[in-house]
Amino acid sequence: MSDNSQRFVAKHVASLPRSGIRDFFAVVAQMPDAISLGIGEPDFVTPWHIREAAIYALEQGKTHYTDNRGLLALRKAISTYVEKHFQLAYRPEDEILTTVGVSEALDIALRALLNPGDKVIYHEPSYVSYHPSVTLAHGLAIPVATSASDQFALDPAKLAAAWQPGCKALILNFPTNPTGGVADRARLEKIARFAVEKDLIVLSDEIYAELTFEGEHVSIATLPGMRERTVFLHGMSKAFAMTGFRLGFACGPAPLVEAMMKVHQYCMMCAPILSQAAGIEALRHGWDDVQRMREKYHQRRDYIVSRFNEMGLPCHSPRGAFYAFPSVQNFGLSSMDFAKRLLQEQKVAMVPGTAFGPGGAGFVRASFSTGYDQIIQACDRIAKFLETVAAEKGKK
Amino acid sequence: MNPVLKLMLEGEALSTAQMAEVLRMDAAQVEKELATLKAQGVLLGWRPVLNPDYLAENQVFAVIEVKISPEREGGFDRLATRIAKFEQVRSCYLMSGAYDLMVIVSAHNLREIAAFVFERLATLHGVVSTATHFMLRAYKEQGYLLAREHAPADKPAVSA
Repeated sequence: MSDNSQRFVAKHVASLPRSGIRDFFAVVAQMPDAISLGIGEPDFVTPWHIREAAIYALEQGKTHYTDNRGLLALRKAISTYVEKHFQLAYRPEDEILTTVGVSEALDIALRALLNPGDKVIYHEPSYVSYHPSVTLAHGLAIPVATSASDQFALDPAKLAAAWQPGCKALILNFPTNPTGGVADRARLEKIARFAVEKDLIVLSDEIYAELTFEGEHVSIATLPGMRERTVFLHGMSKAFAMTGFRLGFACGPAPLVEAMMKVHQYCMMCAPILSQAAGIEALRHGWDDVQRMREKYHQRRDYIVSRFNEMGLPCHSPRGAFYAFPSVQNFGLSSMDFAKRLLQEQKVAMVPGTAFGPGGAGFVRASFSTGYDQIIQACDRIAKFLETVAAEKGKK
Repeated sequence: MNPVLKLMLEGEALSTAQMAEVLRMDAAQVEKELATLKAQGVLLGWRPVLNPDYLAENQVFAVIEVKISPEREGGFDRLATRIAKFEQVRSCYLMSGAYDLMVIVSAHNLREIAAFVFERLATLHGVVSTATHFMLRAYKEQGYLLAREHAPADKPAVSA
C-alpha cells in the first residue's frame, strides 16, 4: 500500500526546504571519529552554581507552571541585567516575556506581528531558522546579502534597495551566526533611521551580544526612535552556556509583549520552571563566567583566524560569536563539496556556508567552540587537505 | 599577566609546542618565558595531577593540624619552614583559627605517617599539639573533578 499521507501536510510547510544543517549532519553522523568544527553551541558545561540552582529548585518541589510571562523574580533579574549590560530599561511587569529559547521568542513575535503576506527583511547568510519562521507565520522573507568585504555587516544602502511595499519588519542578528559580523553604532544609526522612515518593526536577535570581542555592542533599541519599534530578543544559551535549558526572553513595548504573550500562553504556557530558576541565578551571579568563556573564545578566534589565513584560506576576523567563516572560493569546489571532501579525506567537519542561505556559497562555517587540542589538530588537517586540493588544481 | 602563565593557569594540558602554536610564538620564546617565570620564583615546578585512587595502592594522605608556639623573633616562620622541609610534607600552610599549621603529608602507609607524627613532628621543640586526619576519598584534586563530566554522547556533532 503506498503511503500518500503527505497530502495532509500544509502547503506552506511542505514547501519549506529541509535544513542544510540536517543534511550535513547526516553525513557527519556516519563518521563518529571526525573532529567537529560544526557545533553551534558552547563547548562549556553550564557553570555549576547555575546547575545547582536548578537542582535546588527541584528539591524545593518547584515543579509547577509559572506565570505565563515567567517568574516575576526572573523578569526582575532580566530587567536589571538588560539595563546594566544593554542600557535598555524594560518594566518586569509588562514589558518582558520569558520564552523557551530565543527560537520561541522569534517565532511568537512573527506570529503576533505579521498579517498574511507581510514582508520581512533579514540579512543573509543568517541563522537557519529566520526564513522558515517567517514562512511559517505566513509572511514573505526578503534576504539582503552581506559580504565578506564588508565583514558581513549589513549595508544600509543594500537594505534600502531590498525594501519594497508591504515590508513590515526587519530581523537583525548582531553578532551574526554564521559570519561573526557585527554592526557598529554609526551603521546601526543609519539602519535605525531607515526603519523609522519606513515604519518597520525591528526584531533584534542579540543572543551573541556578550560574545563581542572588539568594540562595544550596541543594541539598536537604544537609538533614537527605536525603543518603540524594537523587540529585543535575548536568552541564556550562548553567553551562559545554557543551550539545553531552553530559556530566552523578549523585551519590548507593552502592547507588543502583550500580543506575543497571547500566542505564548496558548502554544507554550510558560518556560520550564527549573530553567527559570537557573536563569535567575545566571543573571544575578553569572557575569564572571561569561567573561571567562568570552576570553577563551577570543583566544581561540585569534588562533583559528590566523591559522586559516596562513594556510591560504582567506578569513576575516569575526568580531563576535564563536564562528569563523572562511572563503573556499580559491579551490574550485562548492562549499558543500569542500566540506564533504574535507570530512571524508581528513575527518574534519565544517558546515557548508550554503546551509545559511545562498549568500553563504563559497564559504564554510568553522565553530571554535571546542578545545584547543581539537582546534590545532583540525587546522593541521585542513592545511593538509588544502595542499591536496591545490595540487589537484595545479595538475588540471 | 604573562600570556604563557595565563594559558597555563587555564588548566588546558598543552605541550610547549602547542602553547607556542596557540600563542603564535616560537617554541623557543615559550621556553624562555617559562625559564624566566622559574627564575623569578613564580613557577615553582611541574607535577602531573594524578587521581589519588590511582596512587591509593602505595600512598596514603593525611592532614595534620599543628599548634605551635610562635617565637619572639620570626613568629611562626622558622618552625613552619623546618616542618615543611620534611620529605613527607607535600604542603604546609599557616592558618587562622583553631590551629596554626595545616600540614598535608603523604607516605606509603598509615604506619609511616604515624611514625612521622610521633617521631619527627610531635617531638620538635615548639610543637604544642597535633591532630592527624587521614584522607579517605578524593572528590576533587587541584581543580580536577574526579567524577568527570562528559558531554552526552548524543550531543549533535553539527548544530545550527
